[in-house]
Amino acid sequence: MSELAHTWSNVVVILIFLFSFAALLSWIERRLLGVWQDRYGPNRVGPFGMLQSVADAIKLLAKEDWIPPFADKALFVLAPAVIATTTLLAFAVVPIAPGIGVVDLNIGLLFFLAMSSLGVYSIVLGGWASNNKYSLLGGFRAAAQMLSYEVFMGLSLMGVVMLAGSFNLRDIVAAQEDLWFCIPQILGLITFTVAGIAEARRLPFDLPEAENELVAGFHTEYSSMKFGLFFIGEYVGIILISAVMVTLFFGGWLGPLLPPLMWFLLKTFIVIGFFILLRASLPRPRYDQLMGYGWKVMLPLTLVNLLITGAIVLAWGL
Amino acid sequence: MEITFYLSGAIAIAATLMVITGLSAVHALLYLIVSLLAVAIVFFVLGAPFAAALEVIIYAGAIMVLFVFVMMMLNLGKAAATKERNWLNPGMWVGPAILAALLLAELLYIFAQGGGTSPTVMVDAKAVGISLFGPYLLGVELASLLLLAGLVGACHLGWREGREGDDVGLARGSGEGWAAGDGRGHENG
Repeated sequence: MSELAHTWSNVVVILIFLFSFAALLSWIERRLLGVWQDRYGPNRVGPFGMLQSVADAIKLLAKEDWIPPFADKALFVLAPAVIATTTLLAFAVVPIAPGIGVVDLNIGLLFFLAMSSLGVYSIVLGGWASNNKYSLLGGFRAAAQMLSYEVFMGLSLMGVVMLAGSFNLRDIVAAQEDLWFCIPQILGLITFTVAGIAEARRLPFDLPEAENELVAGFHTEYSSMKFGLFFIGEYVGIILISAVMVTLFFGGWLGPLLPPLMWFLLKTFIVIGFFILLRASLPRPRYDQLMGYGWKVMLPLTLVNLLITGAIVLAWGL
Repeated sequence: MEITFYLSGAIAIAATLMVITGLSAVHALLYLIVSLLAVAIVFFVLGAPFAAALEVIIYAGAIMVLFVFVMMMLNLGKAAATKERNWLNPGMWVGPAILAALLLAELLYIFAQGGGTSPTVMVDAKAVGISLFGPYLLGVELASLLLLAGLVGACHLGWREGREGDDVGLARGSGEGWAAGDGRGHENG
Protein backbone atom coordinates (compact mmCIF):
# COMPACT_ATOMS: atom_id res chain seq x y z
CA MET A 1 0.00 0.00 0.00
CA SER A 2 2.78 2.42 0.89
CA GLU A 3 4.42 1.62 -2.43
CA LEU A 4 1.23 2.62 -4.20
CA ALA A 5 1.10 5.85 -2.22
CA HIS A 6 4.74 6.49 -3.12
CA THR A 7 4.03 6.00 -6.83
CA TRP A 8 1.00 8.25 -6.78
CA SER A 9 2.73 11.00 -4.85
CA ASN A 10 5.52 10.77 -7.43
CA VAL A 11 3.01 11.12 -10.25
CA VAL A 12 1.21 14.10 -8.71
CA VAL A 13 4.36 15.98 -7.70
CA ILE A 14 6.04 15.46 -11.08
CA LEU A 15 2.88 16.52 -12.91
CA ILE A 16 2.44 19.71 -10.90
CA PHE A 17 6.12 20.56 -11.15
CA LEU A 18 6.13 19.90 -14.89
CA PHE A 19 3.10 22.08 -15.59
CA SER A 20 4.30 24.98 -13.50
CA PHE A 21 7.79 24.77 -14.94
CA ALA A 22 6.41 24.61 -18.48
CA ALA A 23 4.39 27.77 -17.78
CA LEU A 24 7.37 29.48 -16.18
CA LEU A 25 9.56 28.44 -19.10
CA SER A 26 7.78 30.85 -21.43
CA TRP A 27 8.87 33.68 -19.13
CA ILE A 28 12.40 32.29 -18.76
CA GLU A 29 12.66 31.99 -22.52
CA ARG A 30 11.55 35.56 -23.14
CA ARG A 31 13.89 36.94 -20.49
CA LEU A 32 16.86 34.95 -21.83
CA LEU A 33 16.06 36.00 -25.39
CA GLY A 34 15.99 39.55 -24.06
CA VAL A 35 19.46 39.14 -22.55
CA TRP A 36 20.91 37.73 -25.78
CA GLN A 37 19.25 40.35 -27.95
CA ASP A 38 20.29 43.21 -25.70
CA ARG A 39 16.85 44.20 -24.38
CA TYR A 40 14.81 43.58 -21.24
CA GLY A 41 11.97 41.21 -22.09
CA PRO A 42 8.87 41.04 -19.88
CA ASN A 43 9.79 42.65 -16.54
CA ARG A 44 6.58 44.36 -15.36
CA VAL A 45 4.33 41.74 -13.73
CA GLY A 46 5.54 40.63 -10.31
CA PRO A 47 9.21 40.34 -9.24
CA PHE A 48 11.42 40.36 -12.39
CA GLY A 49 8.23 39.86 -14.41
CA MET A 50 7.91 36.31 -13.08
CA LEU A 51 4.12 36.49 -12.95
CA GLN A 52 3.98 37.19 -16.69
CA SER A 53 3.12 33.53 -17.34
CA VAL A 54 0.25 33.74 -14.83
CA ALA A 55 -1.08 36.80 -16.63
CA ASP A 56 -0.75 34.96 -19.96
CA ALA A 57 -2.62 31.96 -18.57
CA ILE A 58 -5.49 34.15 -17.31
CA LYS A 59 -5.64 35.88 -20.67
CA LEU A 60 -5.77 32.54 -22.51
CA LEU A 61 -8.48 31.11 -20.26
CA ALA A 62 -10.61 34.22 -20.52
CA LYS A 63 -10.60 34.22 -24.33
CA GLU A 64 -13.45 32.91 -26.40
CA ASP A 65 -13.05 29.21 -27.17
CA TRP A 66 -13.91 29.28 -30.84
CA ILE A 67 -14.37 26.32 -33.18
CA PRO A 68 -14.53 27.47 -36.80
CA PRO A 69 -17.75 26.32 -38.53
CA PHE A 70 -15.76 24.91 -41.47
CA ALA A 71 -13.57 22.73 -39.24
CA ASP A 72 -13.82 18.99 -38.63
CA LYS A 73 -15.10 19.41 -35.07
CA ALA A 74 -14.16 16.08 -33.47
CA LEU A 75 -10.58 16.13 -34.76
CA PHE A 76 -10.22 19.84 -34.08
CA VAL A 77 -10.91 19.20 -30.39
CA LEU A 78 -8.91 15.98 -30.24
CA ALA A 79 -5.69 17.31 -31.80
CA PRO A 80 -4.41 19.54 -28.95
CA ALA A 81 -5.21 16.82 -26.40
CA VAL A 82 -2.98 14.35 -28.26
CA ILE A 83 0.21 16.42 -28.00
CA ALA A 84 -0.31 17.13 -24.29
CA THR A 85 -1.04 13.46 -23.58
CA THR A 86 1.88 11.99 -25.50
CA THR A 87 4.51 14.36 -24.11
CA LEU A 88 3.28 13.85 -20.53
CA LEU A 89 3.13 10.06 -21.03
CA ALA A 90 6.68 10.04 -22.36
CA PHE A 91 7.78 11.76 -19.16
CA ALA A 92 6.65 8.70 -17.22
CA VAL A 93 9.81 6.79 -18.16
CA VAL A 94 12.31 9.58 -17.42
CA PRO A 95 14.36 8.62 -14.33
CA ILE A 96 14.74 11.86 -12.40
CA ALA A 97 16.72 10.53 -9.44
CA PRO A 98 16.98 7.23 -7.55
CA GLY A 99 13.46 6.62 -6.23
CA ILE A 100 11.97 9.55 -8.15
CA GLY A 101 10.25 8.68 -11.40
CA VAL A 102 6.90 7.28 -12.43
CA VAL A 103 7.59 3.90 -13.97
CA ASP A 104 10.70 1.75 -14.42
CA LEU A 105 10.01 0.26 -17.83
CA ASN A 106 12.35 -2.26 -19.47
CA ILE A 107 11.67 -0.75 -22.88
CA GLY A 108 11.79 2.82 -21.53
CA LEU A 109 13.79 4.26 -24.43
CA LEU A 110 11.51 2.66 -27.01
CA PHE A 111 8.49 3.96 -25.13
CA PHE A 112 9.90 7.48 -25.35
CA LEU A 113 10.46 7.09 -29.10
CA ALA A 114 6.96 5.67 -29.56
CA MET A 115 5.31 8.55 -27.72
CA SER A 116 7.33 11.17 -29.57
CA SER A 117 6.34 9.58 -32.89
CA LEU A 118 2.65 9.59 -31.91
CA GLY A 119 2.90 13.29 -31.08
CA VAL A 120 3.09 14.06 -34.81
CA TYR A 121 -0.60 13.29 -35.18
CA SER A 122 -1.54 16.23 -33.03
CA ILE A 123 0.13 18.69 -35.38
CA VAL A 124 -0.90 16.97 -38.60
CA LEU A 125 -4.53 16.44 -37.60
CA GLY A 126 -4.80 19.90 -36.07
CA GLY A 127 -3.60 21.34 -39.36
CA TRP A 128 -5.98 19.21 -41.40
CA ALA A 129 -9.04 19.63 -39.18
CA SER A 130 -8.74 23.43 -39.21
CA ASN A 131 -9.60 23.33 -42.92
CA ASN A 132 -7.46 26.36 -43.59
CA LYS A 133 -4.71 26.73 -46.20
CA TYR A 134 -2.02 27.90 -43.83
CA SER A 135 -2.88 25.24 -41.25
CA LEU A 136 -2.82 22.53 -43.90
CA LEU A 137 0.58 23.71 -45.14
CA GLY A 138 1.85 23.63 -41.56
CA GLY A 139 0.44 20.13 -41.14
CA PHE A 140 2.17 18.92 -44.32
CA ARG A 141 5.47 20.35 -43.24
CA ALA A 142 5.10 18.80 -39.78
CA ALA A 143 4.33 15.36 -41.20
CA ALA A 144 7.31 15.30 -43.56
CA GLN A 145 9.73 16.98 -41.14
CA MET A 146 8.95 14.92 -38.09
CA LEU A 147 8.79 11.67 -40.03
CA SER A 148 12.23 12.14 -41.53
CA TYR A 149 13.86 13.42 -38.36
CA GLU A 150 12.37 10.57 -36.33
CA VAL A 151 14.24 8.03 -38.43
CA PHE A 152 17.66 9.14 -37.32
CA MET A 153 16.49 10.17 -33.87
CA GLY A 154 15.90 6.48 -33.11
CA LEU A 155 19.12 5.44 -34.85
CA SER A 156 21.21 8.05 -33.03
CA LEU A 157 20.21 6.53 -29.68
CA MET A 158 21.13 2.97 -30.62
CA GLY A 159 24.83 3.64 -29.94
CA VAL A 160 23.92 4.46 -26.34
CA VAL A 161 21.85 1.29 -26.15
CA MET A 162 24.78 -0.75 -27.45
CA LEU A 163 27.15 0.65 -24.84
CA ALA A 164 24.69 0.31 -21.97
CA GLY A 165 23.27 -3.01 -23.16
CA SER A 166 19.73 -2.04 -22.16
CA PHE A 167 16.68 -0.03 -23.17
CA ASN A 168 15.97 0.73 -19.53
CA LEU A 169 16.76 4.39 -18.83
CA ARG A 170 17.83 3.69 -15.23
CA ASP A 171 20.32 1.06 -16.46
CA ILE A 172 21.60 3.55 -19.02
CA VAL A 173 22.25 6.13 -16.30
CA ALA A 174 23.93 3.50 -14.13
CA ALA A 175 26.19 2.54 -17.07
CA GLN A 176 27.56 6.10 -17.16
CA GLU A 177 29.10 5.85 -13.68
CA ASP A 178 32.65 6.00 -15.08
CA LEU A 179 32.22 8.03 -18.24
CA TRP A 180 29.28 10.04 -19.52
CA PHE A 181 28.13 8.86 -22.93
CA CYS A 182 28.54 12.35 -24.39
CA ILE A 183 32.24 11.52 -24.93
CA PRO A 184 32.17 8.08 -26.63
CA GLN A 185 28.86 8.93 -28.33
CA ILE A 186 29.65 12.48 -29.46
CA LEU A 187 28.23 11.82 -32.95
CA GLY A 188 25.11 10.35 -31.39
CA LEU A 189 24.77 13.41 -29.17
CA ILE A 190 25.06 15.82 -32.10
CA THR A 191 22.52 13.97 -34.24
CA PHE A 192 20.14 13.50 -31.32
CA THR A 193 20.30 17.22 -30.53
CA VAL A 194 19.36 18.13 -34.10
CA ALA A 195 16.58 15.52 -34.20
CA GLY A 196 15.35 16.62 -30.78
CA ILE A 197 15.00 20.25 -31.84
CA ALA A 198 13.15 19.13 -34.96
CA GLU A 199 10.83 16.89 -32.92
CA ALA A 200 10.09 19.70 -30.47
CA ARG A 201 9.50 22.00 -33.49
CA ARG A 202 11.78 24.68 -32.12
CA LEU A 203 13.53 27.33 -34.11
CA PRO A 204 15.53 26.80 -36.40
CA PHE A 205 13.26 23.85 -37.23
CA ASP A 206 9.87 25.46 -36.55
CA LEU A 207 8.71 25.26 -40.16
CA PRO A 208 5.27 23.85 -39.26
CA GLU A 209 4.63 27.15 -37.45
CA ALA A 210 6.82 29.62 -39.34
CA GLU A 211 4.83 32.67 -38.29
CA ASN A 212 6.26 34.94 -40.95
CA GLU A 213 5.14 32.72 -43.84
CA LEU A 214 2.18 30.70 -42.51
CA VAL A 215 0.48 33.11 -40.01
CA ALA A 216 0.81 30.56 -37.17
CA GLY A 217 0.99 27.33 -39.17
CA PHE A 218 -0.95 24.39 -37.84
CA HIS A 219 -2.56 26.29 -34.95
CA THR A 220 -3.75 29.32 -36.89
CA GLU A 221 -7.41 28.58 -36.11
CA TYR A 222 -6.91 27.68 -32.46
CA SER A 223 -7.80 30.00 -29.61
CA SER A 224 -8.17 30.00 -25.84
CA MET A 225 -7.25 26.85 -23.93
CA LYS A 226 -6.92 24.66 -27.04
CA PHE A 227 -4.13 26.96 -28.16
CA GLY A 228 -2.90 26.80 -24.55
CA LEU A 229 -2.62 23.02 -24.78
CA PHE A 230 -0.45 23.27 -27.91
CA PHE A 231 1.62 25.82 -26.05
CA ILE A 232 2.00 23.63 -22.95
CA GLY A 233 2.68 20.64 -25.19
CA GLU A 234 5.52 22.50 -26.88
CA TYR A 235 7.15 23.59 -23.63
CA VAL A 236 6.73 20.18 -21.95
CA GLY A 237 8.25 18.79 -25.16
CA ILE A 238 11.33 20.99 -24.69
CA ILE A 239 11.69 19.87 -21.07
CA LEU A 240 11.22 16.26 -22.16
CA ILE A 241 13.89 16.38 -24.87
CA SER A 242 16.31 18.10 -22.49
CA ALA A 243 15.64 15.60 -19.70
CA VAL A 244 16.09 12.64 -22.06
CA MET A 245 19.30 14.14 -23.43
CA VAL A 246 20.64 14.56 -19.89
CA THR A 247 19.64 10.98 -19.04
CA LEU A 248 21.22 9.43 -22.12
CA PHE A 249 24.33 11.51 -22.65
CA PHE A 250 25.14 13.54 -19.52
CA GLY A 251 24.87 10.91 -16.80
CA GLY A 252 21.37 11.73 -15.58
CA TRP A 253 21.42 12.34 -11.84
CA LEU A 254 25.11 11.36 -11.46
CA GLY A 255 27.53 13.95 -10.11
CA PRO A 256 29.67 14.78 -7.08
CA LEU A 257 28.70 16.67 -3.89
CA LEU A 258 25.20 17.90 -4.74
CA PRO A 259 22.19 15.58 -4.22
CA PRO A 260 21.11 13.60 -7.35
CA LEU A 261 17.90 15.57 -7.84
CA MET A 262 19.80 18.88 -7.92
CA TRP A 263 22.23 17.51 -10.51
CA PHE A 264 19.42 16.35 -12.73
CA LEU A 265 17.60 19.69 -12.56
CA LEU A 266 20.79 21.66 -13.09
CA LYS A 267 21.84 19.69 -16.16
CA THR A 268 18.34 19.78 -17.62
CA PHE A 269 18.20 23.52 -17.14
CA ILE A 270 21.52 24.02 -18.90
CA VAL A 271 20.30 22.01 -21.89
CA ILE A 272 17.05 24.01 -22.00
CA GLY A 273 19.12 27.20 -21.93
CA PHE A 274 21.11 25.88 -24.87
CA PHE A 275 17.89 25.30 -26.83
CA ILE A 276 16.79 28.88 -26.14
CA LEU A 277 20.21 30.17 -27.19
CA LEU A 278 19.81 28.30 -30.48
CA ARG A 279 16.52 30.06 -31.02
CA ALA A 280 18.13 33.42 -30.39
CA SER A 281 21.02 32.85 -32.79
CA LEU A 282 20.05 30.68 -35.76
CA PRO A 283 17.92 31.59 -38.79
CA ARG A 284 15.29 29.23 -40.16
CA PRO A 285 16.41 27.10 -43.14
CA ARG A 286 14.39 26.75 -46.31
CA TYR A 287 12.13 23.72 -46.47
CA ASP A 288 14.11 21.72 -49.05
CA GLN A 289 17.32 22.54 -47.18
CA LEU A 290 15.76 21.06 -44.04
CA MET A 291 14.81 17.80 -45.76
CA GLY A 292 18.10 17.52 -47.62
CA TYR A 293 20.05 18.16 -44.42
CA GLY A 294 18.14 15.44 -42.59
CA TRP A 295 18.45 12.72 -45.19
CA LYS A 296 21.84 13.53 -46.75
CA VAL A 297 23.87 14.65 -43.74
CA MET A 298 22.34 13.48 -40.49
CA LEU A 299 21.20 9.99 -41.52
CA PRO A 300 24.62 8.92 -42.93
CA LEU A 301 26.24 10.40 -39.83
CA THR A 302 24.13 8.25 -37.50
CA LEU A 303 24.85 5.17 -39.60
CA VAL A 304 28.60 5.87 -39.41
CA ASN A 305 28.23 6.29 -35.65
CA LEU A 306 26.39 2.96 -35.39
CA LEU A 307 29.07 1.24 -37.47
CA ILE A 308 31.94 2.61 -35.37
CA THR A 309 30.21 1.88 -32.07
CA GLY A 310 29.32 -1.63 -33.19
CA ALA A 311 32.89 -2.32 -34.30
CA ILE A 312 34.32 -1.05 -31.02
CA VAL A 313 31.85 -3.00 -28.91
CA LEU A 314 32.65 -6.13 -30.93
CA ALA A 315 36.42 -5.63 -30.80
CA TRP A 316 36.68 -4.95 -27.08
CA GLY A 317 33.78 -7.18 -26.14
CA LEU A 318 32.31 -4.52 -23.87
CA MET B 1 -3.60 -9.03 -17.15
CA GLU B 2 -6.25 -11.32 -18.64
CA ILE B 3 -8.82 -8.51 -18.66
CA THR B 4 -6.46 -6.06 -20.42
CA PHE B 5 -5.86 -8.66 -23.11
CA TYR B 6 -9.55 -9.17 -23.84
CA LEU B 7 -10.35 -5.48 -23.55
CA SER B 8 -7.65 -4.37 -25.98
CA GLY B 9 -8.53 -7.25 -28.29
CA ALA B 10 -12.16 -6.08 -28.34
CA ILE B 11 -11.03 -2.50 -28.98
CA ALA B 12 -8.87 -3.68 -31.87
CA ILE B 13 -11.79 -5.54 -33.45
CA ALA B 14 -14.25 -2.66 -32.97
CA ALA B 15 -11.78 -0.12 -34.34
CA THR B 16 -11.02 -2.29 -37.35
CA LEU B 17 -14.74 -2.59 -38.08
CA MET B 18 -14.95 1.18 -38.00
CA VAL B 19 -12.01 1.37 -40.44
CA ILE B 20 -13.88 -0.80 -42.94
CA THR B 21 -17.27 0.86 -42.61
CA GLY B 22 -16.08 4.44 -42.17
CA LEU B 23 -16.93 6.92 -44.92
CA SER B 24 -14.34 9.60 -44.20
CA ALA B 25 -10.86 8.41 -45.13
CA VAL B 26 -9.06 10.41 -42.44
CA HIS B 27 -11.43 9.20 -39.70
CA ALA B 28 -11.01 5.62 -40.91
CA LEU B 29 -7.22 6.02 -40.68
CA LEU B 30 -7.56 7.27 -37.12
CA TYR B 31 -9.49 4.12 -36.23
CA LEU B 32 -6.73 2.10 -37.88
CA ILE B 33 -4.21 3.84 -35.61
CA VAL B 34 -6.33 2.98 -32.57
CA SER B 35 -6.50 -0.61 -33.78
CA LEU B 36 -2.69 -0.76 -34.13
CA LEU B 37 -2.24 0.67 -30.64
CA ALA B 38 -4.65 -1.94 -29.25
CA VAL B 39 -2.70 -4.71 -30.98
CA ALA B 40 0.49 -3.28 -29.44
CA ILE B 41 -1.07 -3.64 -25.99
CA VAL B 42 -2.04 -7.23 -26.83
CA PHE B 43 1.61 -7.91 -27.71
CA PHE B 44 2.71 -6.30 -24.46
CA VAL B 45 0.33 -8.38 -22.37
CA LEU B 46 1.45 -11.55 -24.14
CA GLY B 47 5.01 -10.87 -22.99
CA ALA B 48 6.57 -9.29 -26.08
CA PRO B 49 7.29 -5.67 -25.05
CA PHE B 50 9.87 -5.19 -27.82
CA ALA B 51 7.41 -6.16 -30.54
CA ALA B 52 4.79 -3.91 -28.90
CA ALA B 53 7.13 -0.90 -28.94
CA LEU B 54 8.11 -1.52 -32.55
CA GLU B 55 4.45 -1.83 -33.52
CA VAL B 56 3.79 1.65 -32.14
CA ILE B 57 6.98 3.26 -33.47
CA ILE B 58 6.89 1.82 -36.97
CA TYR B 59 3.24 1.16 -37.80
CA ALA B 60 1.31 3.68 -35.71
CA GLY B 61 4.03 6.32 -35.64
CA ALA B 62 5.57 6.23 -39.10
CA ILE B 63 3.66 4.30 -41.74
CA MET B 64 0.28 5.66 -40.66
CA VAL B 65 1.65 9.22 -40.70
CA LEU B 66 2.50 8.68 -44.36
CA PHE B 67 -1.04 7.42 -44.99
CA VAL B 68 -2.55 10.44 -43.25
CA PHE B 69 -0.19 12.65 -45.23
CA VAL B 70 -1.43 11.27 -48.54
CA MET B 71 -5.07 11.47 -47.43
CA MET B 72 -4.65 15.11 -46.47
CA MET B 73 -3.16 15.77 -49.87
CA LEU B 74 -6.19 14.32 -51.65
CA ASN B 75 -8.62 16.69 -49.89
CA LEU B 76 -11.59 14.30 -50.06
CA GLY B 77 -14.93 15.96 -49.41
CA LYS B 78 -18.61 15.09 -49.31
CA ALA B 79 -18.54 13.66 -52.85
CA ALA B 80 -16.01 11.07 -51.76
CA ALA B 81 -18.19 10.09 -48.79
CA THR B 82 -21.24 9.40 -51.00
CA LYS B 83 -19.04 7.44 -53.38
CA GLU B 84 -17.81 5.38 -50.43
CA ARG B 85 -21.40 4.79 -49.32
CA ASN B 86 -22.28 3.44 -52.76
CA TRP B 87 -19.27 1.15 -52.69
CA LEU B 88 -20.39 -0.36 -49.42
CA ASN B 89 -23.03 -2.57 -51.05
CA PRO B 90 -23.29 -6.31 -50.23
CA GLY B 91 -21.53 -7.26 -53.45
CA MET B 92 -18.40 -5.58 -52.15
CA TRP B 93 -18.16 -7.08 -48.70
CA VAL B 94 -19.70 -10.55 -48.98
CA GLY B 95 -16.57 -12.18 -50.41
CA PRO B 96 -14.10 -10.90 -47.78
CA ALA B 97 -16.69 -11.54 -45.06
CA ILE B 98 -16.97 -15.24 -46.02
CA LEU B 99 -13.18 -15.59 -46.03
CA ALA B 100 -12.93 -13.87 -42.64
CA ALA B 101 -15.70 -16.12 -41.28
CA LEU B 102 -13.72 -19.17 -42.40
CA LEU B 103 -10.67 -17.85 -40.53
CA LEU B 104 -12.83 -17.27 -37.46
CA ALA B 105 -14.17 -20.83 -37.64
CA GLU B 106 -10.60 -22.11 -37.89
CA LEU B 107 -9.62 -20.07 -34.86
CA LEU B 108 -12.58 -21.39 -32.86
CA TYR B 109 -11.60 -24.94 -33.86
CA ILE B 110 -8.08 -24.35 -32.55
CA PHE B 111 -9.49 -23.00 -29.28
CA ALA B 112 -11.80 -26.03 -29.03
CA GLN B 113 -8.75 -28.30 -29.38
CA GLY B 114 -7.40 -26.68 -26.24
CA GLY B 115 -4.47 -24.96 -27.93
CA GLY B 116 -5.70 -21.55 -26.86
CA THR B 117 -3.45 -21.00 -23.87
CA SER B 118 0.02 -20.04 -24.94
CA PRO B 119 2.86 -20.24 -22.46
CA THR B 120 3.76 -16.67 -21.54
CA VAL B 121 7.49 -16.36 -21.99
CA MET B 122 9.11 -12.96 -22.00
CA VAL B 123 10.43 -12.22 -25.50
CA ASP B 124 12.85 -9.34 -25.08
CA ALA B 125 14.87 -7.40 -27.63
CA LYS B 126 17.78 -9.83 -27.43
CA ALA B 127 15.61 -12.86 -28.18
CA VAL B 128 14.06 -11.06 -31.17
CA GLY B 129 17.51 -10.11 -32.48
CA ILE B 130 18.93 -13.62 -32.04
CA SER B 131 16.04 -15.26 -33.87
CA LEU B 132 16.06 -12.61 -36.64
CA PHE B 133 19.78 -12.94 -37.32
CA GLY B 134 19.88 -16.68 -36.59
CA PRO B 135 17.27 -18.99 -38.11
CA TYR B 136 15.49 -16.21 -40.03
CA LEU B 137 18.55 -14.55 -41.54
CA LEU B 138 17.48 -15.34 -45.09
CA GLY B 139 14.11 -13.63 -44.51
CA VAL B 140 15.81 -10.50 -43.18
CA GLU B 141 18.15 -10.39 -46.18
CA LEU B 142 15.27 -10.85 -48.64
CA ALA B 143 13.27 -8.10 -46.93
CA SER B 144 16.25 -5.75 -47.10
CA LEU B 145 16.63 -6.51 -50.82
CA LEU B 146 12.96 -5.66 -51.31
CA LEU B 147 13.37 -2.39 -49.41
CA LEU B 148 16.44 -1.52 -51.47
CA ALA B 149 14.47 -2.07 -54.67
CA GLY B 150 11.68 0.16 -53.31
CA LEU B 151 14.22 2.83 -52.38
CA VAL B 152 15.83 2.83 -55.80
CA GLY B 153 12.39 2.99 -57.41
CA ALA B 154 11.34 5.93 -55.25
CA CYS B 155 14.59 7.71 -56.02
CA HIS B 156 14.04 7.18 -59.74
CA LEU B 157 10.47 8.52 -59.61
CA GLY B 158 11.48 11.53 -57.54
CA TRP B 159 14.41 12.34 -59.80
CA ARG B 160 12.29 13.22 -62.86
CA GLU B 161 13.29 16.47 -64.50
CA GLY B 162 9.94 17.78 -65.72
CA ARG B 163 8.00 18.08 -62.46
CA GLU B 164 4.44 18.81 -63.43
CA GLY B 165 3.13 18.42 -59.87
CA ASP B 166 2.54 14.69 -60.28
CA ASP B 167 1.18 13.03 -57.15
CA VAL B 168 3.70 10.18 -57.45
CA GLY B 169 6.54 12.49 -56.57
CA LEU B 170 4.48 14.18 -53.84
CA ALA B 171 3.46 10.94 -52.16
CA ARG B 172 7.09 10.07 -51.43
CA GLY B 173 6.95 12.49 -48.56
CA SER B 174 10.66 13.18 -48.58
CA GLY B 175 13.49 14.58 -50.61
CA GLU B 176 13.41 17.44 -53.03
CA GLY B 177 10.85 15.78 -55.26
CA TRP B 178 7.96 16.72 -53.07
CA ALA B 179 9.46 19.90 -51.69
CA ALA B 180 9.59 21.35 -55.17
CA GLY B 181 6.03 20.30 -55.93
CA ASP B 182 4.81 21.65 -52.60
CA GLY B 183 4.09 25.22 -53.56
CA ARG B 184 2.25 24.27 -56.69
CA GLY B 185 0.16 21.46 -55.26
CA HIS B 186 -1.77 23.71 -52.91
CA GLU B 187 -2.57 26.66 -55.07
CA ASN B 188 -5.69 24.91 -56.24
CA GLY B 189 -6.25 22.77 -53.13
